[in-house]
Amino acid sequence: MPKPKIATCSLAGCFGCHMSVLDIDERILKLAELVEFDKSPINDIKNFTGECLVGLIEGGCCNSENVEVLRSFRKNCKILISVGECAIMGGLPSMRNGIPLKECLDEAYLNGPSVVDGQIPNDPELPLILDRVYPCHEVVKIDYFLPGCPPRADLIWNALVALLTGQPADLPYEVIKYD
Amino acid sequence: MQDLDPKVLAGEIKAIAETEDNKRTRLINVVRKVQSAYGRVSEQMIDMIAQTLEISRIEVEGVVSFYHFLSEKSTGRVPIYLNNSAVSEMMGFEEVKKAFEESAGIAFGQVTADGLISLSETSCIGMSDQEPAALIAGKPFVNLNAAKARKIVAGIKAGKSVQALVDEMGLGDGNNAHPLIRSMVNNNLRKKGPVLFGAMAKGAALRKAVAMTPQEVIEQVKAAKLRGRGGAGFPTGMKWEFCSRSKGSRRYVFCNADEGEPGTFTDRVLLTENPDLVFEGMTLAGYAIGSPKGILYLRQEYQYLQPFLEDVLAQRRKEGLLGKDVAGKAGFDFEIRIQIGAGAYICGEESALINSTEGKRGEPRDRPPFPVQEGYKGQPTLVNNVETLAACARIVEMGPQWFIDQGTNVSSGTKLLSISGDCKRPGVYELPMGITIRMILSIVGADDALAVQVGGPSGSCIGDKDFDRKICFDDMPTGGALMIIGPQRDLLKVVHNFMRFFVEESCGWCVPCRVGNQMLESKLRKIFEGHGTRKDLDDLADWGRIIKSASRCGLGQTSPNPILTTLTNFRSRYEELIKEDEYLTGFDLEAAVADACDATGRTLNLA
Amino acid sequence: MSDKLGFTIDGKECEADKGRSILEAAADNGVYIPHLCFMKKLRPVGSCRVCTIKANGRNAAACTTPLADGMVIENNTDELNDLRRAIIEMLFAEGNHFCPSCERSGSCELQALAYRLNIMAPRFPYMFPLRKLDATHKSIFIDGNRCIQCGRCVRAASELDGKEILGFIGRGGKVRVKASSTRGLAGVDISPNDECVKACPVGSIIVKETAYRVPIGQRQYDATPIGADVESGKA
Repeated sequence: MPKPKIATCSLAGCFGCHMSVLDIDERILKLAELVEFDKSPINDIKNFTGECLVGLIEGGCCNSENVEVLRSFRKNCKILISVGECAIMGGLPSMRNGIPLKECLDEAYLNGPSVVDGQIPNDPELPLILDRVYPCHEVVKIDYFLPGCPPRADLIWNALVALLTGQPADLPYEVIKYD
Repeated sequence: MQDLDPKVLAGEIKAIAETEDNKRTRLINVVRKVQSAYGRVSEQMIDMIAQTLEISRIEVEGVVSFYHFLSEKSTGRVPIYLNNSAVSEMMGFEEVKKAFEESAGIAFGQVTADGLISLSETSCIGMSDQEPAALIAGKPFVNLNAAKARKIVAGIKAGKSVQALVDEMGLGDGNNAHPLIRSMVNNNLRKKGPVLFGAMAKGAALRKAVAMTPQEVIEQVKAAKLRGRGGAGFPTGMKWEFCSRSKGSRRYVFCNADEGEPGTFTDRVLLTENPDLVFEGMTLAGYAIGSPKGILYLRQEYQYLQPFLEDVLAQRRKEGLLGKDVAGKAGFDFEIRIQIGAGAYICGEESALINSTEGKRGEPRDRPPFPVQEGYKGQPTLVNNVETLAACARIVEMGPQWFIDQGTNVSSGTKLLSISGDCKRPGVYELPMGITIRMILSIVGADDALAVQVGGPSGSCIGDKDFDRKICFDDMPTGGALMIIGPQRDLLKVVHNFMRFFVEESCGWCVPCRVGNQMLESKLRKIFEGHGTRKDLDDLADWGRIIKSASRCGLGQTSPNPILTTLTNFRSRYEELIKEDEYLTGFDLEAAVADACDATGRTLNLA
Repeated sequence: MSDKLGFTIDGKECEADKGRSILEAAADNGVYIPHLCFMKKLRPVGSCRVCTIKANGRNAAACTTPLADGMVIENNTDELNDLRRAIIEMLFAEGNHFCPSCERSGSCELQALAYRLNIMAPRFPYMFPLRKLDATHKSIFIDGNRCIQCGRCVRAASELDGKEILGFIGRGGKVRVKASSTRGLAGVDISPNDECVKACPVGSIIVKETAYRVPIGQRQYDATPIGADVESGKA
């Protein structure tokens, strides 16, 4: 039987959650026995090669590209997991959410104290920024949530093993933290 | 207005506070007077009031920011408050709103540049049988349409007084034309029943009461099996007994005339047409429980009745029915004063009403202790509804058995009903307890009703299969409001209006009510916008159940009812709107990038 | 007549002194009822509703309901825990609770309750409100983003510090805690050692220049759930 596939991505995140995936240390060898990595920054595969069992999403959606990537994950992964505070609630990027976008752009690109001859970036290659940062489950259906900033490596490991082996997850008090 | 000399202003505010004896407990009256004198209670005025009453400024600011008719920002010299209740929406709210905006040249929430007119929305003002209605400088304007709205604004701009505009548009029926009221409101009293509108001899009940012992009076009320008419239905005699037995240095009788439940206007009609009966009930309640002081808590929306009611009280004093040795009973002294609210639905809750009368934010209290144990100023306090107290007077006058006989075998007495919405004869009806909804619909001329909202938004929304149910405590208890929703209406629009009302009127004290209602409202919006799923309907039911079971007072314990009862009785209306998918987020990429497109001059191109 | 009242919580036979609230009586017997707006020494106000229990089959706030003899109390049930979870989730959705950047993270009672109740993500949509920060005072600030309107600071100021310096303004979703001065916190008599400052269960009232002193892993609720002290009889 072929090994199930796993894919990961970082949307509006800092890659800290990916670092935490790597923090499972030598258990990553065991993980490699259980799954095959598909599209992911870890192996640098850019496009899905086929149907995946699990998609790990780091980061929330702050621009149109994030939305596009997230939707492609929803299409290609049976189970989607929001990993970390940014995916779950927008995280630090969403601290702008109470402020109108125009004000944010003006402050960053036009009126900021260090701005000289400012201009709001408008290259067609750039993704369009959203009116606010959206948690992933406000854009597509998310099946599970692993909180933390980043989630503890043990939480990621325990949850993945439970999912891949069909055993109930062992989630001790210490491993679920929001920071 | 900015040019007020601080010294002069401080002097004026001191003088205002003095008219309320500089009492902290009269804070609501002080701020109301300041609001009415200056069109606002500014930061500076808050400081001055705090200094004068020797309380912290945050207490004053807390009160000013709690009540709808108080504001730190200036209103216009002629503030217009247009009622946005569900019935108003059904009868043309949008059209009238637009006409006010166009003719005044401002949007709702704004004040004209000359400071003359301000436009605001407000919750139900107790005129549901003559909507759309507005309060303009405190005076009700009813049966509005676009043309009338434009005429009113033109009149105000031309310098006419609000009273002159009322007179032009014609005075209402019954005592509304009384020289001390002069209002265009109509009572629409379509069925006078024997209890509340039967022929009564002023003072007769009181004289009978004082010939008995206080305990005998309580026994009469108990024997009549009277239950509170406000909706909750607590046995009145038992409440009186509890209060009379509570230890305290002074007892108080409150008459709750803060009928804020949308669709309710029975208190207004009773107080306009038969105030003596209400005051008589208050007075004999005072005798029964051993209280020297009655307070009528009148919602600000009914302030236009105040001069008339004060006059009725003055008459009663002259006739020996108030004051010292009432009704000739040596040693029985009783006085009544009127406390005006400042705009808050929650103050209809008895402990919130007491807090408000003490000059505080109208937040309900924890219970126990109950008001009958520790109420106003910590003393035993009896709070009864207007209709309840009026019925008590008749019970004592005519005897408990007579009262029981006016009802059916299920509940004693009659019930005042306020009928509004899609029917031929909206208005007030006094009907026997136990009457079926179907019978009522036929009496008021609503044969094709799609739904009836029984008891206002906090009650139940029922359809044809429940029309044979009875208005009584064992079947469909109600404070008296029946809103009839015709087949041409979008029922869920009505539900949405109710939920917005609860979001606006939650006091914000407890979490489930403060946050939960906002969540229910946003979920409804999601469904209306076409992103609803079955899961969302399940969420509405689950969340509604949680809010009901966790909230502190009656507001949150009933606010999910519009959703829950329509989910049960009109489920297909929701299902028509939802997609089959089990999960839809409602995320709209085009809308989410609209601001960015604006800022950069680009368009969304996903290809 | 005995001064003790007998009652049961989730079937456990208990006894407590007369005059205790259900919440206190439970604690006397080593039973933790989750709570947030309640704080020892302060008048209970039943605003958060987290301590909702069933007393003789009826829902009630354990902090404001007096214990009665023979009461049958339900506390640790699926239904009640889900209700509590919902309330905690409402608070997370209502404000701006960015735990990773909050000075109180690790010793925050709201967060600790979420941990204890196994909340992975709120069921409610985030409201992302625009809230104010009062940083006018030289050594204390109030961050409205993290305030849960529990009123512990307001009560502590009034009841323990004897200062009417904080209060509530607004109504409904607009209720906020505010200092009693047009100049904000700078205009009132408040100092870092005041009880009202210590009473904040979340990261809303913060003493400046004291943050992040305790390393991650050693903070109050990093390894020990909230309520464990009550359950071990050490509270």
